[in-house]
Amino acid sequence: MKYFSILWNGILKENPTFVLLLGMCPTLGTTSSAINGMSMGLATMAVLIFSNLIISCIKSLIPDMVRIPSYIVVIASLVTALQMIMQAFTPEVYKTLGLFIPLIVVNCIILGRAEAFAAKHGPIESLCDGIGIGLGFTIALTLLGGIRELLGTGKLFDTVIYSENYGMLLFVLAPGAFIALGYLIAIVKKTAKI
Amino acid sequence: MKKLPSTLPNMLCVLTLISVIAAGALAYVNEVTAGPIEENKARVLAEGINSVLGVSDAKVESTTEAEDANGNPVILYATDKGVAVQAIDPNGFGGKLKVLVGFDEVGAIKGYTVLEHAETPGLGAKAGFWFQKGEKGDIIGKNPGEKELTVSKDGGDVDAITASTITSRAFLRAVNVAFHAYAAGAANADGQTGASPQQQPKN
Repeated sequence: MKYFSILWNGILKENPTFVLLLGMCPTLGTTSSAINGMSMGLATMAVLIFSNLIISCIKSLIPDMVRIPSYIVVIASLVTALQMIMQAFTPEVYKTLGLFIPLIVVNCIILGRAEAFAAKHGPIESLCDGIGIGLGFTIALTLLGGIRELLGTGKLFDTVIYSENYGMLLFVLAPGAFIALGYLIAIVKKTAKI
Repeated sequence: MKKLPSTLPNMLCVLTLISVIAAGALAYVNEVTAGPIEENKARVLAEGINSVLGVSDAKVESTTEAEDANGNPVILYATDKGVAVQAIDPNGFGGKLKVLVGFDEVGAIKGYTVLEHAETPGLGAKAGFWFQKGEKGDIIGKNPGEKELTVSKDGGDVDAITASTITSRAFLRAVNVAFHAYAAGAANADGQTGASPQQQPKN
């Protein structure tokens, strides 16, 4: 039950995109389509789960004054490994996300969860928190990407819903990201009462 | 378990240890993934060459790397089915535009593909199909040696992508660069002077 509430906490109550407003750079930058948003969310989730797990395991071995550099080394190694793995086994996804993968290192969600959660909790709780926050981020990015793709190009996950000629190109471009995100946050805050 | 106190030896040891373990783990991942990454690159290149030459089994016989007049890298892939040239124009709307163009034996364009771009989705990003055969800006079969490819706005005979003239210009510049490299390569290969490279067009 405790683990479930940690999971749920990450998905809704402390959703990194809609509530904590962390990691805005990849949120706005990669969500030009639903599949891009989802891939970015999943990549971040993978790093988050492992970084939370590793950091909660080694937290008592790290002297307080050097904890941030230690966390960053752990996170950066995970991201580099992820980058090489994606390049090797999912080159198509890597091509679209390209630049944003190395930027996961400085994604404040990951360091934020390491500092605020993993450094104070045990490995299992931290693992759940990583999955929860990661899922929250993935859902948010997929939703945002889906809305932008649908309004901008008339497609959803590359399936044509209506003709591209009626699409509002603005939503695929940068301003559309801000507009869509703003409305999404407003709707989530209103309906979820958080 | 109590936290280690922040004394200098402790901090040094911990940071060194973490870095060494991280480096070791990364070296291992690199070892595992280096092969597949190389294979992917080679496969993407082979697919690109085949598609611009309109064949399915071109074998690269020689690869020549050169520079165009502005110092950007140009790569010539001579195959048994024709020549494919990779060229870059750095001044697309969103930055670098990298194309691969296939030429037949007289220098006419057989096909092209955009390898890398950062153009606006829905506008400049259409370059991938806009200039293909049967599309509005069809450049297939044209020979840049007879007439430099330019957009109709600049007095040429290629229709630019609607609302993306900058992208279209950059794209055509890259194709022209590719042609000059091809022509220079052909001249070197069999001592002909017929297709000597021409002056780069002023932008």
